[in-house]
Amino acid sequence: MRFPTAAPPHVVVPQTVSKVMRIVIYALLPTIAVHVVFFGPGLLIQSILAIATALATEALALHLRKKSLQQYLTDGTAIVTALLLALCLPPLAPWWLVVSGTAFAILVAKHAFGGVGMNVFNPAMVGYAVLLVSFPAQLLTWLPPDVPELRTEQLSFLQTATTILTGQLPDAFTWDAITSPTPLDALRTNLAMGMTMQEAHASPIFGGFGGRGWEWINLATLIGGIALLALRIIRWQIPVAMLGSLAVCASIMYAIDPGAYAGPVFHLTSGASMLGAFFIATDPVSAATSDRGRLIYASGIGVLTYTIRTWGGYPDGVAFAVLLMNLAVPLIDRYTVPRIYGHAKRP
Amino acid sequence: MTALIAFVVMMSLAGLSLLANRAAANGADAAARARLIERINDLLPQTQCGRCTFAGCRPYATALAEGSADINQCPPGGDNTAEALAKLLGRPPKSVDPQFGVMPPVPMIAWIDEPACIGCTKCIQACPVDAIVGAQRHMHTVIAADCTGCELCIPPCPVDCIEMRPATTSATEVLGASRPHVLSG
Amino acid sequence: MVRGSSARGGLRLEAHKERSTRDPIGMAAAPSTAVLPLDQHAGGAAVPIVAVGDTVAIGQPIAEPAADTSAWLHAPISGRIVAIEPRASVTRACAPALSIVIDNDGREMRHSSARAIEDFLSLEPRELREHIGRGGIVGLGGAAFPSLAKLERGAQASAPTLLINGAECEPYISCDAMLMRERPHDVVHGARILMHALQAQECVIALEDDAPRAADALRAAIAQTENGRIRVQVVPTIYPSGGERQLIASVFGREVPFDGLPPDIDILCHNVGTAAATARWVRDGEPLVSRIVTITGDGVARACNLEVRLGTPISQLIAECGGYTPRVERLLMGGTMMGMALSTDEVAVVKATNCIVAASALDLEPRRREMPCIRCGNCAEVCPAFLLPQQLHVYARATDLDGLERYGLMDCIECGCCDYVCPSQIPLVERFREAKPRLATHLLARDNARAARLRFEERTARLQRLEAEQRQRLEEKRRQARRKDA
Repeated sequence: MRFPTAAPPHVVVPQTVSKVMRIVIYALLPTIAVHVVFFGPGLLIQSILAIATALATEALALHLRKKSLQQYLTDGTAIVTALLLALCLPPLAPWWLVVSGTAFAILVAKHAFGGVGMNVFNPAMVGYAVLLVSFPAQLLTWLPPDVPELRTEQLSFLQTATTILTGQLPDAFTWDAITSPTPLDALRTNLAMGMTMQEAHASPIFGGFGGRGWEWINLATLIGGIALLALRIIRWQIPVAMLGSLAVCASIMYAIDPGAYAGPVFHLTSGASMLGAFFIATDPVSAATSDRGRLIYASGIGVLTYTIRTWGGYPDGVAFAVLLMNLAVPLIDRYTVPRIYGHAKRP
Repeated sequence: MTALIAFVVMMSLAGLSLLANRAAANGADAAARARLIERINDLLPQTQCGRCTFAGCRPYATALAEGSADINQCPPGGDNTAEALAKLLGRPPKSVDPQFGVMPPVPMIAWIDEPACIGCTKCIQACPVDAIVGAQRHMHTVIAADCTGCELCIPPCPVDCIEMRPATTSATEVLGASRPHVLSG
Repeated sequence: MVRGSSARGGLRLEAHKERSTRDPIGMAAAPSTAVLPLDQHAGGAAVPIVAVGDTVAIGQPIAEPAADTSAWLHAPISGRIVAIEPRASVTRACAPALSIVIDNDGREMRHSSARAIEDFLSLEPRELREHIGRGGIVGLGGAAFPSLAKLERGAQASAPTLLINGAECEPYISCDAMLMRERPHDVVHGARILMHALQAQECVIALEDDAPRAADALRAAIAQTENGRIRVQVVPTIYPSGGERQLIASVFGREVPFDGLPPDIDILCHNVGTAAATARWVRDGEPLVSRIVTITGDGVARACNLEVRLGTPISQLIAECGGYTPRVERLLMGGTMMGMALSTDEVAVVKATNCIVAASALDLEPRRREMPCIRCGNCAEVCPAFLLPQQLHVYARATDLDGLERYGLMDCIECGCCDYVCPSQIPLVERFREAKPRLATHLLARDNARAARLRFEERTARLQRLEAEQRQRLEEKRRQARRKDA
């Protein structure tokens, strides 16, 4: 009797890239949900715009590169990029902001470098960095969180949609009245004005740990991140090293001068700390290769995040920290090749 | 102020690395040049055939280090060697120039037709790697494993009893050379 | 593998061994025609010492070792040599290999000249090793490396430790577990013989923790011999703990150097089947003419372990196990992780055949469409050789031989763990297998170039020295001549 042949192994885990991406998206849902609770439905509209742009530009790029749309459009990586970028943008940002950022991320940061698996830089962070540098004003106009202490007029879903799509607020609102800086931004401004940390923290925009609303978002992200760890989608080296180094830097400076520097708990629960640690820095394509390399890579991100937040020109440093460490990955990889069985030294 | 310092530091680092690169490529001093020649020689196939127009691999390596030879002159090394030389010396890569010789499609080694050999030792004197054994008025024979295929023994033979034949390498030999444990249990 | 400082990586896989270990080892019927490929061991193919038309008896030597590392081959049945010609062989992935073909006369005549040695301790170790070689003994763990060559290498070590490998880690294969369970005395006796042949001080029989009956049987057999130098060690059931280098790391906590062999760290490893075959040959005078084969998989009606004569067609074994089920899709020789897929069942069992899996969709999980590597690092996490398969993949695609060498392509044991866990479904083992000969050829060329350079430099130095001596002699002569003139 004759049989067809195949090369071993004859069993493989039925895991695919799209399955992995799907799990990542599910793990992001808590973050998105809490974000919407505190900052309104803007994020949902931004996400829809981002995903649509991502898929459209990916289809265009695949067509130009003569690659199979059916295989690559469905791998889910573009959707993850879109969601991460949408999470970084203010909920009321005009539509052209998220569309141009996503288009740049997909076309330039991803496909110009060779597509999935070949991007040197984290595409979502490239998109965000380009927007931040080009349109700083739009990116720093956030909403205040929907909490009793800060009750301002909240927009309805329809009003949110109109604002995003037209760039104009409804007549009853003015930008000054409804927008506010993020807690990290407010902290920078207040410290620059000469306030101490305690005085700055007295503002209602700060909650028990971090910024109001933001601390819950970070907590939700932490839960999603732990789920990813438990499902072995990501490994512990990057989140632990990034959060660890961020906490260590913050602790040291806080110990030196508690009046001028925020403590570790604040840093861990503010801004994009958790999102960066579990979802952004863990992008395997642009991260270092070996476990030891990843520890160094993520520690660098934590240190740079703290540095940029405290002494740099932007309120949150995660994006630039990730991009700078992406640059350093080839060097890190060169010197962190693990020792092979039976060899005395590392290659 | 910090920006200025950072700028100066970065420019100095860039300048230093450029200088180091230049020095490596041009062999700024004698010891560095000797090291460079060693590194070049390590990349060459050691056939000592002279196809490159130099009297062996080390003279070619010396000429490359001085910049008086091009990287595409070694047919036994092939394009792989040319590419490695290009990388080492920081020159644009190019294919081996056929005017220096074209290698046969399979590796060839010398073979002596023993009944016809007259024992003149001319081929033994010509062989740069001592791959032919024999003595005056005694049989000559080529040690196949040691022959590099340089063909320097072919012209001197007065009776044309030496020719090139395809070399045979067994899979066992190839595997055994790279990792003996591959063949173990 | 979590034991020992040097055991890492690996996978926990479902064993799929319950069906084939329910019944005791059976005896397969002798084949009506035995086809014996001459290259069924590592190294040089054996050379026939019989001719077409000869009558042979069971255990009669029919082929002798070739010049380099090689092994004897003996007739598994009695009858007439009908052909010595190329036949489809598993040694060449079902392509033809020169084979001796014997027609069974059914008389089961045994060859008389083999001697049974009860007191092997009376032989000198070197004599014993040579005698073991004459039994056609090769490694029965799957690589079929000639045992004499291995023992000779092992004897170079000083007071080595003998490791008997019973860690049958690959799913579906259970022949070694059954051997240890039902014939532990053969295994222990073989271990004692090998210890004497190597002048080994101690022996460790290692097996996985999912075979407790086998471990108990071995311990009881050891107790009966009252040999204090043999012990049983149980290792965690992780694939591929039975790989020689991985097992040594797991049991002894030491690593075999990449450019060396286990005897370099005073260890020699033999499979339990090899030990048992050694016992049968030395003690009973029966050379290697049969072995235990697991027949299993959802594609065969009955799963079992049979003692099978070499040369038996696989189709006959399947028939003896009730035939194929309608669900059969693939036929594997070996397990599902490293087994070779056979294109036909009209090929013969050879010394390396440990298992036949008639696989159905239940046993297989075929690969999906390949995506680019996303550098997730799952492969590096499970590699038992501590490699970075994602890097090897990049360099293999670019045929960057320097990169492949630097990242240790030749240290890959082709276990398939990386392939198994890859979410991009990249056929890593295939890629590495393609790249290895290219790298090996490159390394060989480089070694030859280095040797050629040494010869050239020595020759140049010699010629210069001769020239210098010549000049000196001339100078001497001239000086003497001048002195005479003066």
